[in-house]
Formats: sequence, C-alpha cells, structure tokens
Amino acid sequence: MTLTVFYLLSALSVFSGLMVVLSRKAVHSVLYLVFCFFTIAGHYLMLNAQFLAAVHVIVYAGAIMVLFLFVIMMLNLNLAAEAQKTPWIKISAVILSGLMLLVLVASVKGAEELSAAQPQNDIGLVKNIGNILFDKYLLPFELISLLLLSAMVGAVLMGRKEPQPQNE
Amino acid sequence: MNILQTIPLNHYIMLSALLFSIGAMGVLLRRNAIILLMCVELMLNAVNLLFAAFSVHHADGGGQVMVIFIMTVAAAEVAVGLAIIVMMFRKAGTTDINLFDTLKW
Repeated sequence: MTLTVFYLLSALSVFSGLMVVLSRKAVHSVLYLVFCFFTIAGHYLMLNAQFLAAVHVIVYAGAIMVLFLFVIMMLNLNLAAEAQKTPWIKISAVILSGLMLLVLVASVKGAEELSAAQPQNDIGLVKNIGNILFDKYLLPFELISLLLLSAMVGAVLMGRKEPQPQNE
Repeated sequence: MNILQTIPLNHYIMLSALLFSIGAMGVLLRRNAIILLMCVELMLNAVNLLFAAFSVHHADGGGQVMVIFIMTVAAAEVAVGLAIIVMMFRKAGTTDINLFDTLKW
C-alpha cells in the first residue's frame, strides 16, 4: 500500500518535471512546476516530515511560484514564441543529462547501505525540528536572516527604474 | 510503523537522481532565462527530498534543518535572479539567454 502510493507520487513528480522542461509556453511550465512541488510535499508527508511539507507548500507553491507567474505575466512572455536551440544542441543536451543520470545511478548501485541506528518517526515534527534549529544551528539561522535581508535589498535596488538623467 | 521499512532508501536516491537529471536537461535545453531558473529550482528540490529521506533514515534532524536553509537560499536566489531578468528585459526586450553573450569569451 505505502509502496504503491510512493510509486504513484514518484511517477507524477517525474511526469510533471518532464513537462516543465518540454512544454512550450512559460505559464504551462510554471503550473506543472507547482504540481511537481505538491507531489514533493506529498513525499515529505510520507516521510512524516510535517513541518517540511507545510513550509514547502507555503514557500515554494505559495511564494516563489507566484513570483515566477507574476514576472511572466508582467513581461507578457506568453505571446512571443520562444526561440529554439539547434537540433544538435538539443540532442547533445539530452544525451549529456542521460549520461549524468547513468553515472549517478551507477555510483550508488553497488554502494553498501548503512543501517540506521534507531529509525525514529517523530523527527520531522515541529517540536523536534525547532529544538534542533534553535539549539545546534542557531548561528546559521541568524546568518540566513542576513542573507535574506541582503537579497531583498539587492532585488529592490535592481528592480527599480533608473532615474532619468535631467537634460539641461 | 516506520516508512523506511517499507520504502528502501534506494528508491529515494533513484527518484532524486532522476529529478536532478531532468532539471539539468532543462537548463541545457531551453533558451528562456525564466525557465532556466525554474529548472534550477527543480534540481534544488531533488536534493531537498534526498536530504529529508536521509534525515529520517538516520534519525538525525540536521538534514531537515539543512532543507530549511536550502529553501531560504532558493528564495533569495529567485528574488535576485528575477530582478536581474526583469532588468535584462528592460534593456533588451527579450529573455533569450543566447542574446546575452557580452561576457562570453
């Protein structure tokens, strides 16, 4: 039963990931990516990582993808047909990524699986994550707020219109 | 009941490798800068899923904290990247990356 759900979710995420790459219109890509993120949130739920699933849906599907959709609609990219790469580059791109998949899978294939010390199911609950985050990883947590602040300043600085030079 | 007694860790590794390769293929295949950013997001998500799976498997919450950090970095990256793309669009009227080759040797 659990395995069936896992296979179903995996097939859906791989399919929507492929459609992100292959669909012609940018808006369709965004919608498929949102769907892919929801299936990944389903994977988190199956791992019993409830906090991650909630944050993933809120941050990715709620904030980041809306930002993408916003920019695509603002730039009106759906009207213009996207220029395509030459067939040779396309074929070599597919072959290259296939080779990378082959190397990744082959390197893991013969690996010896470390047995978990004592698998715990409650590690993804908010309480446990919070305990770890504010105890062991407090400094990185504070630093990441600085990163967000600088990213915000940078985005605002780049996004604003340049002031027109005054003609005298 | 533990989830990893029914789903072996290998399955998660294969799924993540597949999603990561799809994202890499998108980066190589497409010419629209916004779609390139989306494919990078897909690759980051593949890694996030693997982090979470290993974290549960090894009973160590550090992996899930790492996922939260990666999400934050991804959000910052998207904000700055989209600002750059909008600026590029204002200057050149397109988001085709093949036209922005001034820095190319």
